[in-house]
Amino acid sequence: MAHWQMLTLVGKDQPGIVAAVSAVLYKNNANLGEAAMQRLGANFTIMMMVDYAGSAEDLLSIVTPVAARFGLKEHVDVIEGRLHAHLQADVSISLYGADRAGIVASATERLAQAGLHILALHTDVAGTEEKPVFVMEISGHAAQGVEALREAVDDLDDLEIHIDPLQTMIG
Amino acid sequence: MAILDVLTYPDPLLKQVAAPVTEFDSSLARLAEDLEQTMRAGPGGVGIAAPQVGVLLRVVIVDVSSRPGIPNHGRLVLVNPEIQRWKGMVKGREGCLSVPDFIGTVIRAEHITLQAQDIHGGTQQYQMQGYEARAVQHEVDHLDGLLFLDRLVSRHHDLKPRQS
Ligand SMILES: [Zn+2]
Repeated sequence: MAHWQMLTLVGKDQPGIVAAVSAVLYKNNANLGEAAMQRLGANFTIMMMVDYAGSAEDLLSIVTPVAARFGLKEHVDVIEGRLHAHLQADVSISLYGADRAGIVASATERLAQAGLHILALHTDVAGTEEKPVFVMEISGHAAQGVEALREAVDDLDDLEIHIDPLQTMIG
Repeated sequence: MAILDVLTYPDPLLKQVAAPVTEFDSSLARLAEDLEQTMRAGPGGVGIAAPQVGVLLRVVIVDVSSRPGIPNHGRLVLVNPEIQRWKGMVKGREGCLSVPDFIGTVIRAEHITLQAQDIHGGTQQYQMQGYEARAVQHEVDHLDGLLFLDRLVSRHHDLKPRQS
């Protein structure tokens, strides 16, 4: 039986972190499940599902030396998660506009009310310091259909929003 | 007719190149029927290739007609299919009966010209686009021992010229 724990590492980005962390987990019989790593700002961020029979404290003690070497903060939670629990995304949403406060909140609140379950989200700030451009990409499940999502954000006039069904070909 | 077992990765047969069909006989007809039944028994499958059931022959079935609003040629039995022209590129999501529980992004040609023989050996030509063209490219890859896993790109990756 798997013992899933969620390991989070955050700190200043530099090359070699993933390799070093993976190696120390492997050597200590901690197996990697699903993971997502992203450079945000100049920061290294990763969340990884780790299958490890010991306690959260034991897992932390394995990771702490390598985290310290790279100047990362580490955090572990025992989770109820498991593998093979994917939800199928059926809608893709992209949105952009001049950067302004509240852009994510206003759009995602309306989309949630119209049945959107967000499965993945990336936001970025492009443009320049003086003229920032906010870009957001979402994939998710539209429980009430794509048209309900379109209607929900129809009055957000200062944003460009594209909502498209995501098709998956199985063969 | 029978629903056949679908081979899953890492079965080595999935990485083999399949041989051309030379006999258009009753055993080919039976293979096509079994393939179709197996495809329809799978979850949401719109295509299947003979190597996926362990038969190393160049036979695929494609039928995307169940998907609403998609240009299609109906149920197709494609024997010795050959893609003769590729045009345009488009990213899309694919899964595979032989790779359970994984969806990935793959770049495919948007339009293809396809030549294939039918179940009786007659030669047919098709102009295909979009979803149907994607299904055919996925299945023809199976005949050449390629999985969609061999063509994965990042969801955020820029489109770049086809490399094959
Ligand atoms: Zn396949």
